Amino acid sequence: MSSNMTDTPDETLIETGFEVEADRTHEQTDTEAILQSENLSVNYGDEQALDDVTIEIPENRVTAIIGPSGCGKSTFLRSINRMNDRIRSCAVDGELYFHGKNVYDDDVDPVALRRKIGQVFQAPNPFPKSIYDNVAYGLRIQGRDDEVDLDEAVERALRGAALWDEVSHQLDSSGLDLSGGQQQRLCIARAIATDPEVLLMDEPTSALDPVAASKIEDLIDELVEKYTVVIVTHNMQQAARISDKTAVFLTGGELVEYDDTATVFENPADSRVEDYITGKFG
Amino acid sequence: MSLGRGEELFADIDLRREKLHNRAFHAILVAASLFGLVMLVLLILDVLWESYQGLTVFQIDLVQFLTQPSSSRAERAGFGASILASIWLMVLTAILAFFLAVGCALYLVEYAPRNRMTRLIEANLANLAGVPSIVYGLLVLALIVNDAGLGSVILAGAIALALLIVPIIIVASIEAIRAVPSGVRDGSYAMGATKWQTIRRVVLPQAMPGILTGTILALARAIGETAPLIMVGTMLHATRYPDGPFASFSAMPTQIYNWTYQADRMFNGLAALGIVVLLIFLVVLYVIAGYLRKQYEAEGTLTNV
Repeated sequence: MSSNMTDTPDETLIETGFEVEADRTHEQTDTEAILQSENLSVNYGDEQALDDVTIEIPENRVTAIIGPSGCGKSTFLRSINRMNDRIRSCAVDGELYFHGKNVYDDDVDPVALRRKIGQVFQAPNPFPKSIYDNVAYGLRIQGRDDEVDLDEAVERALRGAALWDEVSHQLDSSGLDLSGGQQQRLCIARAIATDPEVLLMDEPTSALDPVAASKIEDLIDELVEKYTVVIVTHNMQQAARISDKTAVFLTGGELVEYDDTATVFENPADSRVEDYITGKFG
Repeated sequence: MSLGRGEELFADIDLRREKLHNRAFHAILVAASLFGLVMLVLLILDVLWESYQGLTVFQIDLVQFLTQPSSSRAERAGFGASILASIWLMVLTAILAFFLAVGCALYLVEYAPRNRMTRLIEANLANLAGVPSIVYGLLVLALIVNDAGLGSVILAGAIALALLIVPIIIVASIEAIRAVPSGVRDGSYAMGATKWQTIRRVVLPQAMPGILTGTILALARAIGETAPLIMVGTMLHATRYPDGPFASFSAMPTQIYNWTYQADRMFNGLAALGIVVLLIFLVVLYVIAGYLRKQYEAEGTLTNV
């Protein structure tokens, strides 16, 4: 991913101190929006977690969601694949379109929705099964293990998650025996094995050491060729490094800025965003 | 400013009484802790002594004891039919209780709405576990043995024992199911799994060691239960081998009980040997449960289930 950097002399260190990768942002032509929220509000009981969020997320791009703790980043992510349905007190208002279909329509089954939108969580959560069974899980529950060559699908997913070389000789050992970084890549392999269209990532590197984290970042760069990635992160350098678009949420669940990553970091429109990314608060 | 003052520095403080209290209290606590252990050792010694007497004075033949059915004549009586009856009881009880209890626990943890009814059910599980076992015997006697006309058979005994241990297994299962981290549940749901798929493929495999441990410990309790079986009705002497769930029977504890009040002293020796066999069954069950628990703690889970 960094090979192009030397070819782009106009690559700049901006005043906010973040290095935005020129090769990504320059080539960017906006693709069609795959996800789109309109006036989306989420409440947990009396507490408002998302306030009237309207946003369009482009296909085959990395969209980063940043903001201070408790600003509704994870809530937004969880409302995309309706994982919020699992929280009893959670009430969703407004629309969220996936390929133009409101996922909160009565005829949308969240189970079906989640088969098209995968998720990777903050803490690696492999199942207490073998590595092979972890990756094969999605295909098995979807009843697709008869149609596809399971061995091949598992290998492809593990290669896609840059884990194959490390685990190919121990597919039968427990997924829990892997290191934290390997476990997280196993979770990514599990998520992409069923070929979803969107991959939601909720601070996927926050529980990992820097080396493991950078492997995941490189991986995201490759994944975006096939998938749309929406990533929540606390780490602004990470957002600047890997994303095409950046959305900044601030306390109260308000979306205060959403634009190309370069613009957000180099020339934010909202002074609160500038304060946040330059570290004046947050 | 003399260094010599050190000798009488604490001379005005007399700690002898306090120290004495300390030691006395310590000794009482140790004695109380040892009491249970001492009683257990006494019990085992007594049983072993009686067994030894039976083997030497009355010349009980161990092979005959383990293989023959009981008899009203002590020198022909054996324990074999009772051992088999107890094994039948254990298997039937395990099957009846396990599915009922795990189903109930799954419902309460995974499906039940958080309302007054659920809380009522959960609160009453503790009450049910505290019901005297003879009450379950009476219930089965009235409903199953008499009303349903099943008669005093092994299945009726198994139903009574199952009722007795279901609440125990439910409580253990609820704990095991709740202990499954929400992270792996979320992982499964996020893959587009349905609730049943998540339970069947992720929750149950991970909770199973805990559930099995609880089940085996509950079975260990059931196998020694006497009162409910007496209520259901057992044979005075298990004179023939049970040939299925609908055979009349006398299990190990009831046969031991029936032997102890026979006039012939030789029956005392038989009863003592019977207790040894029963204890061996218990020890085996505890060892299995302990092994499972250890496995559980070491790995945090069973792999490849």
